[in-house]
Parts: sequence; C-alpha cells; structure tokens
Amino acid sequence: MAIEDDVLVIGGGIAGATAALAAAERDVQVRIVSYKQSTLRNASGLIDVLGYTPAGDGPLADPFEALAALPEGHPYERVGSEAVREALAFFDEIAGDAYQGSHTDANALVPTHGGTVKPTARYPTSTAAGLASDDRDALLVGFETLPDFEAPLAASHLEATGAPFAARGVTVRFPGIVRDDAKITRYAHLLDHDEAVETADETRAGEPTAREALAETVRSHLADEARVGFPAILGDDRADAVRADLADRLGVDVFEVPMGPPSLPGMRLEDLLYEALEAAGVRVTTGVPVVEYETDDAEASATGPERIDRVIVDRNGAEIPHRADQYVLATGGLVGKGVRSERERVFEPIFDCHVPHAADRYDWFVDDVFGDQPYARFGLPVDRDLRPLDAVDDPEFSNLRAAGAVLGGYDFAAEKSGSGVSLATGYVAGRRAAEGCR
Amino acid sequence: MSDAEQPTDDGVSGDDEFEPIQVFPEAEEMDLRPGADNCYKCSTCDTNCPVAEVDDEFPGPKFQGPEQWRLKRQDDQDVDDSVMKCSNCMRCDSACPSDVPLSQMHNTARGEYVEEQMEKLSREYIRNRILANYRRLAPLGSMFPRTTNFVMGLSATQWLGEKVLGITGERDFPEFATETFREWWTKRGGNATSKKRAQKARAKRGDAQVRSDEKRIAYFHGCYANYNTPEVAKALVRVYEHFGYEIMVPDQHCSGTPMFANGMLEDARRSAETNVRELRAAIADGADVVASCSSCSMSLRQEYPELFDFEGTEDVAENTWDAVEYLRVHEDLEGELEDTSVGDEFDDFAYHAPCHARNQGLDGQTTDVLAAIDGVDAHDVGDSCSGISGTYGWKAENYETSMKIGAEMFDHMEESEAKTGLTECPTCSMQMEHGTGYEITHTLEVLEAALVGDATEATAQ
Ligand SMILES: Cc1cc2nc3c(=O)[nH]c(=O)nc-3n(C[C@H](O)[C@H](O)[C@H](O)COP(=O)(O)OP(=O)(O)OC[C@H]3O[C@@H](n4cnc5c(N)ncnc54)[C@H](O)[C@@H]3O)c2cc1C
Ligand code: SF4
Ligand code: SF4
Repeated sequence: MAIEDDVLVIGGGIAGATAALAAAERDVQVRIVSYKQSTLRNASGLIDVLGYTPAGDGPLADPFEALAALPEGHPYERVGSEAVREALAFFDEIAGDAYQGSHTDANALVPTHGGTVKPTARYPTSTAAGLASDDRDALLVGFETLPDFEAPLAASHLEATGAPFAARGVTVRFPGIVRDDAKITRYAHLLDHDEAVETADETRAGEPTAREALAETVRSHLADEARVGFPAILGDDRADAVRADLADRLGVDVFEVPMGPPSLPGMRLEDLLYEALEAAGVRVTTGVPVVEYETDDAEASATGPERIDRVIVDRNGAEIPHRADQYVLATGGLVGKGVRSERERVFEPIFDCHVPHAADRYDWFVDDVFGDQPYARFGLPVDRDLRPLDAVDDPEFSNLRAAGAVLGGYDFAAEKSGSGVSLATGYVAGRRAAEGCR
Repeated sequence: MSDAEQPTDDGVSGDDEFEPIQVFPEAEEMDLRPGADNCYKCSTCDTNCPVAEVDDEFPGPKFQGPEQWRLKRQDDQDVDDSVMKCSNCMRCDSACPSDVPLSQMHNTARGEYVEEQMEKLSREYIRNRILANYRRLAPLGSMFPRTTNFVMGLSATQWLGEKVLGITGERDFPEFATETFREWWTKRGGNATSKKRAQKARAKRGDAQVRSDEKRIAYFHGCYANYNTPEVAKALVRVYEHFGYEIMVPDQHCSGTPMFANGMLEDARRSAETNVRELRAAIADGADVVASCSSCSMSLRQEYPELFDFEGTEDVAENTWDAVEYLRVHEDLEGELEDTSVGDEFDDFAYHAPCHARNQGLDGQTTDVLAAIDGVDAHDVGDSCSGISGTYGWKAENYETSMKIGAEMFDHMEESEAKTGLTECPTCSMQMEHGTGYEITHTLEVLEAALVGDATEATAQ
C-alpha cells in the first residue's frame, strides 16, 4: 500500500501552499509533504510582484506594465500576466482583511526597517497606516534590546528618500524585557497575552500590563505626530487586538515596520495559509523529506516523457511510499534546499531535474558581490505548463510541475519578485495539476 | 542499505555533506563542529522554541546549539547551565532549514553538564535521576497499585515531593493500573496465543497466506502503557490481531527519552543497549517494531542513531514504526474504517499532535485516519506545544513555564466543541487533562472501538 492522494505537493512554502489551495478548489484530494520550515518565517510578509526590472530599472510604479517585457524563460513570462492577476485575486480572497493593496495595480511604497522604501503589491494590514505615500507625520519607536531597528536612523533615512512627511525616531526600553537577545516571539507573547510586567516607575501601584506599559512609555515621546510605527513584533496570534489596543491608548494610528529575518509578519502569513489549507481539506505532512521517486514503466510510451508513479518519503530510514496522480515540486531554491550545489555541480535532489549552469564553478558567480550573480538565477527551466524541461527542452515527466523558488530564470532578491513568483507559479501549477487528474 | 549509505538528514547524499554520527562512549568528544558551521544564524529555530517564547531568561536553541558549541571548542568554556531549561521538545530540530543537528548538540551538552558540573548529591541531581528513571520505580508502585495510588495522592506526599525533591505539588501523580500490560499478556498466553489469534483472523479475512509468518510485529510498549495505561497497549494488540498480525512483546527497558532530557546519558545508554539487542533479535525473526508512544518511537529512530552505535542501532531505527502509520502503509486502514462507527462512547475529539509526532511527519495522521469513521471528527487544536515535555513540567521550577506554554493548547481545546481530548503521548495527555479537566484517549483506543467492537466485547478477548 501507499498513502494515496490525487495531487501531491512537495514543499510547504508560499508556492507549495498556494499550489495545494488552487488544486483543492477542484474536487480532488490534495496533500502537502514538507520537510523543514519554509522561507516564509524569514520573509517580510510582503507580497512583492516586481519592484525592479531584470536590468535593474526601478522602483517600478506599475509592475504589470513591466511584465510584458520580461525575457523568455522568466517565470512570469511562462505563466503570462493574466495568470499573475488571477493568482493575486486568489490570494486576496484567502487573505481577506489581513492584507491590502488590491485596490490598485500600482505598487505600494512600504517603509522598511532600514529606512528605505520598498515597492510591493500586497502588504499586511498591520503596515497599512505606515505607507510612505501617506503625508501624515510619523513617530518611529525602537527598543534598546532590539538592535535591528534603529528608529532615529530609519527616520532620517526615510526623510532622505524624499518621503512627503516628517519622521522622527526614539529608542525606548520595552517594558518587561530584560535580556538583550530576547526572541521576537517573546515580545509578541507578552503583548498577545498582555502579561503583567515590571516597570522602572516606582510610583505606580501594582504591575501594569505589557500593552499599558508600552503605551505609557511611548506617550511621553509623542509630539503631534498622527501615527506611530513599531518594529513588527506587535503580537502573533492576536496582532490585530494588540495594535488596536495600542492605537486606542495612544489616540493615534499604529503601524508595523517590516523587519529582517526572522519575521513575525512572515509567520502570520504562514499561519493564514495553513489555516486555509485546513479549511480546504488539504492533508499536511511536515518534518519528513521526499527523497526518491519511482516511475510507472507500464505507462510510459516509447517516446513520451516518463510518468511518476510514487515518491518515497524518508522517515528516519523507514521508507514511506506516497502515491498521487499529479505532482507539484515546490521545494524552494538554494536557501530552501530545493536546488543544491556541490563543488562540481548544481542539481535538483529529488527527481534530478536538469539545472542549467556553467561547467566551471568559477563562472557561477562574479567577483562584484553586488553584481549580477549567475547563481541567483539557478533553477529549473519549465515549459508553459510549468513542467520541468531536460537539456533538450523536453518535459522530464508527464505528471510533474514545478513552482516557486525552485524555478530558474529570475533573481528574486534583485527584482523584488520572490513571493509574487511563488504565488503566480504555485497557483498555475496547482490548478493544472488538478485539471490533469484522471 | 548499508550503514555507509545512510542518507544525510534530508536523504540527499552529496560530497559536501556532514555525517554527525560518531562513536560513543565519549559523547563529549563528538565532533559536531561541521554541524555548527552549517548555521547561518537565520534564527528560525529560536522562533520555534516554546520555552524562549515564555521565558525571557532562556537564551534559545541557537545559543544552546551551534553558538555554545563554538564557544566551548574555542576556549574550553563550561557548558552554560541554561541547557537544563531546554525541554527537549525537539521543535528546533525540525525547524532548522540548514540541517544543524540541534537536539543532538543539546543532548550532548546536557550530558556533559550533568557529568561535570552537577553536584551528584544535590537535590536537583537526585530528583532528576528519580524522574528520569521512572521505570525503575514503577515496578514497585505497580506491585501494590492501590496503596501506591493512595499514598501518592496524599497531600502530605505531595508536599514532601515539592519541599524535599522539587517535584511540583500542583500535579496529580499518574495512577498505577491494577494489572500491568505484561501481566495481562502473560496471562493471555503470550506470543503463542497471539499467533493463534492472528492465524484465525487471517483465515477469517481470507488472507491468502494464513500460515505465513510474514505478518509479525514486535511491540515496544514503553513504560507508561505497561504500568499506567494498559488499555492502550491492549487496544494495539487487538487492532493488530484484527489485521492478522502476530505480536511479540520482547523484553525492554525505558526508551531513554526522560534520560536524554535530564542529561543522564549513561542511564540512557544502558537502556538503549538492552532495547537494541532485543529489538534487533525480533527484527531478525522477521518482525517490524511498532510503538504506541511517539516519544518512544522518536527515541528509537532518531536519538539512538545520533548518540549510540551499538551493533544494530541503524537496523532498529530503520525498522521502527509508529503503530498507526504502520497500518496505513501496510494495510488499507482507511478503507477498513469506512462505514464503521464507534457508538456513543466516543464522539468528537480535540486532538493535540505531540511535538515528537510532529517531528516524525505524523502531525496530520490522526485527523486523516479518524475522518473515515462515521460520526467521529478529530479537531486539531493547533500546533502549540503542550508544555509538559515529559519530566520537564514535573519540576517545581518549571511548572509555571510549562503551564504558560500549554495555555494556548488549553484555550484551543476549550474553544473546540469536543469535550474529549485525544493524543498519542502519555505526558501530553496528563497536561491536557490537568489544564482542562477533559478525559483524554489514545488514537489506538478509538481504532479498537471501530474495528474490534465495543469495550465489553473486547474485554472478553
Ligand atoms: C531572508 C529572506 C527574505 C525575503 N524577503 C522577501 C520579501 O520581502 N518579499 C518577497 O516577496 N520575497 C522575499 N523573500 C523571498 C521569498 O520568501 C521566497 O522567494 C519565497 O518564499 C519562496 O517560496 P517557495 O515556496 O518557493 O520556497 P521555500 O519557502 O523555500 O519553501 C520550500 C519548502 O520545501 C521544503 N522542502 C525542500 N526539500 C524538500 C524535500 N525533499 N521534501 C519535502 N519538502 C522539501 C522546504 O523544507 C521548505 O519548507 C525572502 C527570502 C529570504 C530567504
Ligand atoms: S528542544 Fe525545544 S525547548 Fe529545547 S531549545 Fe529546542 S525548541 Fe527550545
Ligand atoms: S535554524 Fe539552523 S541555521 Fe537557523 S539559526 Fe537555528 S541552527 Fe542556525
């Protein structure tokens, strides 16, 4: 026996989750098998579609205008711009109130923790009051124990970018946190549960709660700014309540500034997607890798591509067969380990799909660290149905599609297109996989 | 597969890969540096640590693992005592995208800390040793179960436990069963009876090879199912025999989980040696090993090969299964459950997936499988840790942390409509009951009710 489903998605990042959700819209049984945690935990939680062209032009005001001009082989070129729109609409429905930006094609400009402004297509509602296009003055608040966000520096950078408002930054002590390397989950937990905290204020009777104490601390610094920005640590499970409570106490709008990894907005997006998966009846298996596959010799025609019969999941040495009709490969790029490199070669470890790269490893990168790095584009080439292609451009398998960072032909960091590509290709791969089921 | 071909953590073999398994007994000398070097400081592990989330003073898995390792190797520093605050839930392990062997590092560091820095006559050491070696005390308790249950329930005993030993007085000691599973098993006629029953079941099922020896399993029941909840062990026996499996119950020790968590590596090593020897013999006899407790299977599958290299350790790891998973892969379990029902005794469940099941990719299994039974729904109460983590939540100094971690699970259980809890881990089950007052069942008991019939009929078998 094997564990059986109609569609099996390998990898549970934003690409895999979207593929599974898109497939589950049809009447098929879908399963995700994912090994370690995805890059969502590190990603900012912003859904970038395209901030810069591959040639480096930008920031782009309208990503859709630029999509048409992308080179052949770019994942967006493969699926087409209509699919990108459909995928965003699909995402908007899943995200509901949690995300904004759907009212316009234009990129929104979101201030980041470094004080730069990032063009993005969809942003968490928690960042909405902070948009750089808004002309209300802002106070940014940083914490002594959280060195990744230097509020005064970020504020001055923001002003230097030409933002249409005055920004000011202060650094305060976070009530209740003593350790200088407390985890961001600790901050979030204190606020979520509104735990009682000790403060330096001796005159107060009893211990105030974390939200109360934080608002108190900030109030004394607030001049006549109409909004206050905090690093993105304002709660996890109850982030909306935390933000609303702080806004209420301060009498101004409160927003979060997206942070570097690890990132709570990324984790909240992960939770949102996994809740949607549960509601859609998708089965989820995590903590174990897919390691091998077996083909169905009887079904492979003499000339056509092979058909995958089952894949093998490794559970500490025991091999658990999983069988499906259609498969989606969404195992991530070099970071997620869907594409791997050794001294001699770059390869895709499960199906050994073709990954084009120069024979000489010294050609994999250029000396200029900020230069156009070939390795950033390493990944699988696919046809317009997102089936991985071999060295002579034939599909590797008849029932395998690939999505997300495992794809080649784009540089998500330079283009600011990471989540957008994962979303669009995940959506198309999932939908086609469900349609392909017998 | 020979040992030389043992795949790396993610099953991908490659030249640059690092193989963390080294030779015991010198755990302290294990060279985990290459593993530490894999860490690129993304902090994913830290955001998964349930202890760091509620305890400001715990520096988190990244520090306990790769950072401490590097510090120590460079200037011969002592192991930081915060490693004793880690609950060994192993969540960090399955989180790390870069294959850093975090729990192996923690287990090794804890062993070294206890060995070299802990005062052997201290209250903490003695208490930890007692907690870790529960199995040695359990036979005494179960010899006079009623007396023991009575004495353990006395408030004076609880007070003594708290004051003298640092065992929290907030919890009720688990009750001892009046008959252990092994006593029941022997009375029932042991392996010989099981063989007959299995053959009969195969004949009834129309299995082609009624006399074949292929359907054979060795049951690793662990301590808790033997001394405290034999009904879980009996359920396993009846469900497996229903499918025509002949069951062996080899001699066995504690799996070692509580010993790893308390840094008692030598105790763990002794138990592991017995277990590997006995289970390996069963495997040679044609059996696969199945366990009903997720921490036991985790220990046999992951911690043994990481820490020990007795002859056959790998063999045991590769042939050990979770009890439900085994049936899913080798039988048409879901098909068989289709159109069964379980009567009024069970209804809906609030299901908690234990951390050690999650790490083995078993988190969604129970809800998948039970969905096939008519009228039963198992609602997953979310991915939070229950907080008790074996002996961790029994220590007076951890009780509060343990309950803070569990709060999310308690909330979700109470929000769920179900009023019965379900899990595969005995200590998670204690915590679920303690935090909500719900009655808690094991998945195998539900399968027994669906496949073998109601409890009274089953008792007669
Ligand atoms: C630090 C950082 C910051 C970023 N910031 C942004 C940002 O601000 N905006 C933006 O749009 N994008 C950002 N990105 C990029 C974006 O997050 C990624 O492009 C996108 O998340 C990739 O998603 P994915 O689903 O394709 O892959 P991943 O998220 O990498 O998921 C792959 C999954 O597959 C699993 N897997 C791998 N091998 C196997 C196997 N053999 N069997 C089973 N499962 C397997 C992995 O464990 C993992 O869970 C950032 C990325 C990083 C690393
Ligand atoms: S094992 Fe659990 S408690 Fe210990 S460091 Fe890892 S995540 Fe934290
Ligand atoms: S998750 Fe792994 S790589 Fe990331 S900080 Fe932790 S140990 Fe290092």
